[in-house]
Amino acid sequence: MIFQGNVQKLGDSVDTDTMVAGRYLSLINPADIAKHIFEEVDPGFVERVKPGDIIVAGRNFGCGSGREQAPFGLKALGIACIVAESFSRTFYRMAIDLGLPIIISREVAQAAQQGQSIQVDSVTGQVLVDGRAYQAEPLPTFIQEIIDMGGVTPWVKQELDRRRTTAAEHRV
Amino acid sequence: MAKTMAEKILESHRIDDSEPVEPGRVVRSRVDRVLINDANGPVAFRHFANMGGGKVINPDKVVLVCDHFAPAPSAAGARMLGDMRRFARDKGIGHFYDVGKGGIEHSLLPELGLVGPGDLIIGGDSHTGTAGAFNTFATGMSWSGIAAIMMLDETWFRVPESMRFTLKGKKAPHVTGKDVILQILHDMGVDGALYRSMEFGGPGLAELNMDERMAVCNMVVEAGAKVGIFDADEQTHAWAEAHTRHPWKAVEADAGAQYFSRHDIDLGHMKPMVAKPYSPENVVRVDEIRHVRVDQVYMGNCANGTMTDLRQIASILKGRKIAPHTRAMIVPATQLIYREAMAEGLIDIFVEAGAAVSTPTCGACFGGHNGALDDGEVAFATINRNFKGRAGHAGAQVYLGNSYVAAATAVAGEIIDPANL
Repeated sequence: MIFQGNVQKLGDSVDTDTMVAGRYLSLINPADIAKHIFEEVDPGFVERVKPGDIIVAGRNFGCGSGREQAPFGLKALGIACIVAESFSRTFYRMAIDLGLPIIISREVAQAAQQGQSIQVDSVTGQVLVDGRAYQAEPLPTFIQEIIDMGGVTPWVKQELDRRRTTAAEHRV
Repeated sequence: MAKTMAEKILESHRIDDSEPVEPGRVVRSRVDRVLINDANGPVAFRHFANMGGGKVINPDKVVLVCDHFAPAPSAAGARMLGDMRRFARDKGIGHFYDVGKGGIEHSLLPELGLVGPGDLIIGGDSHTGTAGAFNTFATGMSWSGIAAIMMLDETWFRVPESMRFTLKGKKAPHVTGKDVILQILHDMGVDGALYRSMEFGGPGLAELNMDERMAVCNMVVEAGAKVGIFDADEQTHAWAEAHTRHPWKAVEADAGAQYFSRHDIDLGHMKPMVAKPYSPENVVRVDEIRHVRVDQVYMGNCANGTMTDLRQIASILKGRKIAPHTRAMIVPATQLIYREAMAEGLIDIFVEAGAAVSTPTCGACFGGHNGALDDGEVAFATINRNFKGRAGHAGAQVYLGNSYVAAATAVAGEIIDPANL
């Protein structure tokens, strides 16, 4: 899938406590969470983000607490995709499982500037920043498959169908 | 091929041998336990319904613990707890622990004997890794991933690279497991172990009891690690024989196992360590901190709310008073720990000193309730994170450290080396 938007630039080790404060963890509707992203550390962020924007961050994006409100809040806010030099592993898995594509690229993380136009192909890993091409690190095939399907929910449904078919074949 | 502990546990749990268990490969595995709390459960239950719902395929593996919004701080919190009760009832989950019947999940799981050496444990909470103290592969996962396990009884893992930590020497005074992990965070930062398995062994292992090993594994995630796994020694075997309710088999790394890196930690040359705001990697020796007055000291949580911690706190607070300008809160991690502390007379020491003692809850640690901080307040806490906004307002400052330092700080009203109290 190809995503086209503007860069929202963030730094290293952006943690989930600052993304979504703990007091909002009883909110589980993505649209409610989207209003509170970076509320105290960057109150202008929610207004600045336009649907389709792409976050470009440094190392260890999404570190700290494993809270799904962070990726699903960003997705509900309109963030289409996240490119970072590296991701905290809980955030990495949460994003993939929710169908929020993530791209690992040190080069893009270093080159992209706030507001630049950016295009990401989540299948091939090709990234264009203001027309200049970069190639992301390839993800393991199985993980890429889940991203391509749009998350772990469609993957589970497919796996259940496969199991039912196999069971039916055994009965015949 | 020679294997690390993480690789061995993944190998014994994989559902087929289509992929070799080598770093970077993705393997599909069974798990032994799925740990869910009232912060991630209600979201996971919705994913479960969206995936098709119906019966939980492995109800005996699932453990539901009410600890985040427990006791309910608000109507919204009460709704989260209600979701837990309904799911437990509708899906026939026997391992359900409500307010007053359990405690903080990571301390409760071993207490109930639902952990054993060689196990593979998954949770919705990032501190699920705490169970690594018992020679397990334990890690936090996405909440949709948790739902997927309840649908399929399997999941996938990217095999981590492993790092080997060799503990040596005898612990210096007031040095604890907490200081071991803070020292590591000082040395390698919050992404120094990203995606990796941190594996602990060496002659110094005997210096850390099971509670202190839990404090180490609790915070491996703060260094970015997927898991922290302790070697199984005599203490581990004795613990498992006394507690674990299911068959277990400890794992040991092979002599020729490949490590990303090797590190030595000399317990004899360590000092109590403190992480300053606003990151767990911002670590200094306690004696490098001067003139930091604190408004609140919080002792407890899934890292340091054990009997070992409460005894350390009592050893400092006995016969002393909390400073007039400082509030102290002590939160035993489970109901059983609370009771043991009462039986030993520790609760009396705490109340006599002027500390508030609370029922087990994660409340203040995540800034939810029961001791949250306001803008401009300064706190010392035995919790695991101090990012902006972690424990309340983003303008509050939190220093992290061990239970001795916390108790001494509560008495002095400023951060102090317990040796100088």
